[in-house]
Parts: sequence; C-alpha cells; structure tokens
Amino acid sequence: MRTVTYSQAGLEAVMEEMQKDDKTIHLSTNAPAALTDSFGTSRVRATPIAEGGFTGIALGAAGSGFRPIVNWSMVTFSFVAMDQIVNQVSKIHYMFGGQAKFPITFRTSCGGGGRMAAQHSQNPYSMFMNLAGLKMILPSTPYDLKGLLKSAIREDNPVISFEAGNMYAFEGEIPEEEYTLPLGEAHILREGTDVTVVTLGRMLHDTLPAAEILDKEGVSVEIIDPRTLVPMDVDTIRASVQKTGRLVIVDAAGATAGATAEIATAATEHAETFAAMKAPVKRICAFNVPIPYSPTLEDHVFPDADKILAGIREVLA
Amino acid sequence: MALSAEKQLEMLRTMQTIRRFEERASEDYIGGAIYGVVHCYIGEEAVATGICSALNIDDRIISTHRGHGHCIAKGADLNRMMAELYGRATGYCKGKGGSMHIADFSIGMLGANGIVAGGIPIVTGAGLAAQLEGKGQVAVSFFGDGASNAGPFHESINIASAWKLPMIYVCENNLWSADTEAKGTLALEDIAARAAGYGIPGVIVDGNDVLAVNEVAEAAIARARAGEGPSLIECKTYRQRTHTERKEAIDNRPAEQVAAWMERDPIKLFAADLIEREVMTEEDWKKMEEEIAQEVLDAVKFAEESPFPDPEEALVDVFAE
Repeated sequence: MRTVTYSQAGLEAVMEEMQKDDKTIHLSTNAPAALTDSFGTSRVRATPIAEGGFTGIALGAAGSGFRPIVNWSMVTFSFVAMDQIVNQVSKIHYMFGGQAKFPITFRTSCGGGGRMAAQHSQNPYSMFMNLAGLKMILPSTPYDLKGLLKSAIREDNPVISFEAGNMYAFEGEIPEEEYTLPLGEAHILREGTDVTVVTLGRMLHDTLPAAEILDKEGVSVEIIDPRTLVPMDVDTIRASVQKTGRLVIVDAAGATAGATAEIATAATEHAETFAAMKAPVKRICAFNVPIPYSPTLEDHVFPDADKILAGIREVLA
Repeated sequence: MALSAEKQLEMLRTMQTIRRFEERASEDYIGGAIYGVVHCYIGEEAVATGICSALNIDDRIISTHRGHGHCIAKGADLNRMMAELYGRATGYCKGKGGSMHIADFSIGMLGANGIVAGGIPIVTGAGLAAQLEGKGQVAVSFFGDGASNAGPFHESINIASAWKLPMIYVCENNLWSADTEAKGTLALEDIAARAAGYGIPGVIVDGNDVLAVNEVAEAAIARARAGEGPSLIECKTYRQRTHTERKEAIDNRPAEQVAAWMERDPIKLFAADLIEREVMTEEDWKKMEEEIAQEVLDAVKFAEESPFPDPEEALVDVFAE
C-alpha cells in the first residue's frame, strides 16, 4: 500500500486509463500539466470556458468512437451545460434505439466546507439521479476515487463522478498494484448490529468518529457507503436494515427530494425491510438553503459528527 | 459543369425522394398513422442534397428537428425511416425516437435533434474525432437561422475555429424561426457575416440552387479535409410549409413572400434546368418521379406491416450493456 491524496488518486486513474486506451481524450478548461506532458495537447485539450460547448463536443466524440473524460471543475459549472446533459447526454443512447455507445466520464467537484458561498458549494447529485441514462459515483476516499473512476472511464455509458471538493488534499492508502471498484456495489465500512448508517461522499469522515464514540458506549453501528448513486446497491442497504432494524442516512446535500429520500424509500417500500424496522428512518442532511459564506453560518448548515451522533441516538432511543 | 450527368440525376432523385417522403409523412400525420409532431423540410431539399452529395459515407452530419431531408440525403433507408415515424419496432430507433430523433450512425448521420442548436456541439465533437483519427473525414452541422442566435452555435464555432476542426457549419436560413421572422431577432442581414467573428470563411449561397450549394460545399469540405479548419455556409432558402404539420395550419407569413418562394421551388428549378441542358428528358423525369413514388409507397407498406414494439421494450436501452 502507499499513501496518496484524493487529488492524486483521481489523476492516477485518468493517467492509467489514458495510457491503456488511446481513444481516451481529456477536455477541461485547464489542462492538467501531468496529462499534457504524458499524452500531448491533441488528446488533452484545454477548452474555452464554454461548458455547454465542450460537453456536447465530448458527446459527439463519444458517439464517433472516442472515450472522452471531461472535467467540469466545480459542479457549479455543469449547470451551464445543462441542456447538453439533460436533453442530449442522458437520452441519446435510448432515443436512438441503442444504436451507438456514448462512453463519457464527467468529473466534477461538489461543495461544502470551503467557505466558497452559495454557487461554489453545491451537492446537486439528486437532480441528476432523476434523469434516466446517467450513472454516477460519489467517492469518499482516495481508494474509492481511483477504483471507481477507472471503472467509470471503462464504462460504455455516461458517468458523472461527484468528487468532494474539500477533500483533494485528503490522504489515504491505495494498493501498489492496479485495481478497480465496480459500479453499483455498496461498501460496508464497518459491520454492526444496532443501527445502519448510510453515508454519502465526504460525510463518511464525520460519521466514522460518531460511530467510534457509540462503540465505546456499547452501540454497534454498521456504516455503508453506497459509492454509486446510480445504479444504487439497494440490496446491501436493505439487508443491513433487516439486520439492524434502524436506518440513518447522512448527506451534505439538502433533504428535499434528495438521494437520502431515495435510500429511505428503498428500505421502507420493501416489505421485508419495513417489517424489520424498529424506528422511523432518520435523515441527517444539510439545511435546504443556499450555502452561506461565513464560517459560523456554513458550519451550521452542514451535518457534522455531533449532529450525526445526535441523530443516531434519536433512532436508538 | 464539373458534375457528371449521373451525379446530377442522383441529386435530383434525392431531392424528389425527400419531397415525396415528406408529402406522405404529412398526409399520414394528418391521417393519424404518424404521431407527435412532423416538421417538413419541403422547399429546402437543395441544401441537404447539395451538401451531402459532396460528402463520403464516413463523413458525419447532424440534423435538426426538421431532419428527414438530411437523413435521406446522407443515405438513410426509407423503410426504416417511415417505420420510425409509424412508431414501429423496425424503425431506426425501434420506435423510441419518432420524426424528431431519427439517426443512423452507420452512415454518419448522428441524429435529428429536438433542441434548436442542441446538435451543433455534438457534431463538433464528431469533427474533433475526425481530426484525432486523421483520416481526412469532415463533419457537417445543419442548423437554422434561429440556432445561429443561440449560445451553442457560438461556443461550437469558436472552439472549431480555435482548434481548426474539419467542420462545415451549414445555416439553412429559411427566414423564419418557427413563427417569428428571423430579421426581428438578429441585426445582421446575413448570418454568414458571423463567420468573421471567428476568423473563418463565411459564404452565402442560393439555398434553392442545388448545384450552387454543392459547389460551395465542395470548397468548404476541401478546406476542412486539408486541415485548414471550419467554414460557415449560409443557404438562403425557404420552408414551403408551416413550422409543423397541422390539420388546419395557420401560416402567419406574408402570402406574397410564400408565393414568391414557391415560384423558386428547388426541385422544379433543377428539373427544368436538367431538361433544358438535355441531361434528362421530360420522360426521364416522369419515370423518376414514378419510381420515387413507388419507393415511398413501399416504405409505407413496410411500416404498416411492421409490428409495434413490445411494451417492455420501453425499459430497454436506457444504458448500453
């Protein structure tokens, strides 16, 4: 094993896959030097700041035999390309009867905790989950980012990688040898018997300390990271809730029509899982407000270990 | 005249095939066998034909919501097109697309598109692919005057010129953006003038003269194949019918404007020209029209005899397996 940052893990995934397949190309408003040095400016394009344009260009290149990797930078900027994402990328394979493949990976950083204020602190993945035709990953560690991103790049469908913007310097271990992580498989980080906590993205790192505290109190917490939002591994979540009888969901996005609502429903609409539940589902989410700038305000809006701890205690009571 | 007689007759055949196919599509839409919406290209056939007859099968194009003409000109199969309009399982998109979403990737036709300007970035990506492949292929974006006012046009053409992509941007200026006169929504008389803002050639051509369109297409395509970058071609043309087919279509365009353009029908003009130049006889033309009418009837028969998709097919193709 070796230690790399979240940022490095993402770069390694892209480098390795670009090395492997000369049909992979990279489009972003700032071309990473590591990529241009290795693959040249033909395959690694610095684009104008025109997200709609280069998102559509990636789609057309994908439909013409290439495997583009697009970095929108902050998810904020993906909204500039919304027509292409919603009307074209997500529907094109289906609308044309499956006659061509569109393998594209969109990388983007999600927000929160960086004092970046409303436009640059968003976690809008549930908006995209509602569109049929897009897969999406939400990596919470360097290990997950590298393994999932490599699978995303190899995938013959559009995949969005929602990465944690305030985690790029976060360090973690990855194997020396090559590895990938499959899309659609949740990760049980910690086995437990009293309560299931499903955490999304960077919230894992606030959930782990809460679980440690509860462990010392004799409460056994099972932590699940879905890793992939579409397709969602509902089987693993349901099996866990059937075992523990309790479900807490933690997300740095707002609760309204969120991924958390989808996860809660996956449990409660399933008869066997519902029958095993001993307490109502508890969601610990960001408040539904545009994210404010000042530290006292921003910190109040997002979940943290204390809020997660309190929420878990609520379902145990 | 550089084009062979055979080539010219083929162009006339393509134009007339588009015309006849759409006349029937309109009829069947009104009759109820075709659903949703049908946008006819009638009156603009010289544009798709003039451009596509200068392309190779491995060159790629993208179309608009008014897409039948581009499909046929690029060589799409009438049976599968009509079956798609009829919503049948044998259609190009297995009944999932309809008139606004016909594509045939095997002949480089990357699809009709229901979003004005939506296809322009996509086909520019095909231009990027062509440049990376380095085999001399080009890509053509068809769009209307309305799309030239939209962001994707400007973003795409800027990127294509900055990267010298082998692109041909073909503006079909039919003077009307749906029911709004184009001149009220842009200050320029000529959309081709916009090319100057991107440092590329902008050419104006009579979009109802198929040979003229073909000639400017050849020049732009040669430039693109030579790695010199994109061109913008503005084809001045006119849609003979209303924006969409309707049972009782209300046309708010000035009657004298419509009448003047009907006089300049691209098929009548070209057929008369070919007869005058003795490339064909009246009789040849009549025979060709009959053959085409039969092909369209065959396509209708194919569509009518094809099954509707199984309802469960609705759940297939969300993702590639």
